[in-house]
Amino acid sequence: MQKQAIQVRNLRKCFRKRNGFRKSAELWAVDDVSFSVAQGETYGLLGPNGSGKSSLIRILSTLLTADSGVVSMLGYELPAQQEQVRRIIGRVSVDAAFYKKLSARENLLYTALLYGQKPREAERRAMDILEQLGMENAKFSTPLEEMSRGMQQKISIARALMINPPLLLLDEPTTGLDPKSRRDVQSFLEDLQRREGTTILLTTHDMAEAERLCVRIGFLAHGKLVAEGTAADLKRIAGGATLDDAFIALTGEELANEELVGVGD
Amino acid sequence: MEATLRQTWAFLFRGWHITRRYIGWVIVFNFYALVTSATVALIGVAQGNYQLTLTLVVGALLWNYLSWLYNEIAMSIAYERWEGTLEYTFMAPVSRGVHLLGVSLFSLLNSIVTSIVVLVGLMLFTNLHLRGVNFLGVLVVLAVSTVAFVGLGLFAAIFPVMSAERGAEATHIFQGSLLLVSGVYYEIEVLPRWLQPLSTVSPATYTLSACRKLFGVGNPNSTPEHLAGAPLSAVTHELLILAVMGAILLPLGLWAFVRIEAWAKKTGKLKRTG
Repeated sequence: MQKQAIQVRNLRKCFRKRNGFRKSAELWAVDDVSFSVAQGETYGLLGPNGSGKSSLIRILSTLLTADSGVVSMLGYELPAQQEQVRRIIGRVSVDAAFYKKLSARENLLYTALLYGQKPREAERRAMDILEQLGMENAKFSTPLEEMSRGMQQKISIARALMINPPLLLLDEPTTGLDPKSRRDVQSFLEDLQRREGTTILLTTHDMAEAERLCVRIGFLAHGKLVAEGTAADLKRIAGGATLDDAFIALTGEELANEELVGVGD
Repeated sequence: MEATLRQTWAFLFRGWHITRRYIGWVIVFNFYALVTSATVALIGVAQGNYQLTLTLVVGALLWNYLSWLYNEIAMSIAYERWEGTLEYTFMAPVSRGVHLLGVSLFSLLNSIVTSIVVLVGLMLFTNLHLRGVNFLGVLVVLAVSTVAFVGLGLFAAIFPVMSAERGAEATHIFQGSLLLVSGVYYEIEVLPRWLQPLSTVSPATYTLSACRKLFGVGNPNSTPEHLAGAPLSAVTHELLILAVMGAILLPLGLWAFVRIEAWAKKTGKLKRTG
């Protein structure tokens, strides 16, 4: 039996949102979610905005504390062992958060130092990653604010990988990228997974991306994991021709509804 | 140990490069600090009263040092929220102690540079002679009060963790209140009676009181040509209070920060906004 890299059991997270004076509404961002990801597997979480994908990733990234449930990352439990978990995860979020005035090199060296790494080695590794992502060396010294969103996202991926994490948490890493950049990132992730055996948890809106990259896929809706399996399994269960059909049939929602921004995302 | 040093260096590295990229604003802020200090000091010059001028110069100089130190530490979290990088800093395997130590060291360097700029500028504007000032004593007082102000900065840094929008405003209200009650440019006694007790809990009150003695302010033996700075033993009382305040405020500030971080993670407040 394959070893599990990520194990999530009965995870729950509720936000209370004030609704006028005294009244507060409960919003379940993550509602009794359980799943596991095997070592070296790429697992996809699909769901519209507000379905709880980002909250889930943020819990696994130690940035949000769950109300209840069990999270184990390569044997380390959250929140008790968050210091150890931080050493084994890399995260890419949908918005490439950087010091925009600083160059790519300065941002990456700062991250390397923050992780206690030797700057020279980290720089070499970052350069290799960026080269594989199709970025020119000359751009390394350009301030982030002068770069396109696609380039910024590639730097973001280099930042997550330069610490060589065995677990990679990718929160919509290709959202908003042009087709070429999207393809570059997807090819790179496939290659990384093959080469290093990195375990990847990927959230996305993009059905084709999920089908291409993920061994198994989970459908999230209103904080609940409503279905899980390979793309072929999900299509078979739902009786749909495409993953999109399967998603609509199993969740009753459409992924294209990106206007619904909830607390969870 | 080596990794911890690199992590501490990370914050100095970041601070230096951000300063470099925003050099125009750094010059503007230093210019503004110098001009506002000179404007205040010239009130003493206009009165032809070197003791008043000296009181104002010491107030302006120390307030610049202490407020920059406090402000840089407190606002470092607000800057990270605006850039959206706070989550990445909190996700890194760096202890909060090392994180805040790195931030405080950079803030300290920044404050020293600004204080030197203001000091040189004030000398040009006021033509004061500083012979006889107990500079060594002033450095000792500043070193001790720095610890207390770093603690205050850590306390204030929790506001931007709690709220991205309101946090920065709260740090400035707190800073303004310190300016009001600490006797930076006037005697505490001129404050309304109900406000005066607040001055006793501000470390700036004791820093200013001690430094004024060490500069020779109010000393009948001081002359415009030669100031009679008091010996360090004359400010033992202030030094003791500052040391106690530092010993309480620094660990308390760190503790409060860690608690608020845990609260923010529970309520989802770390999420990027703005």
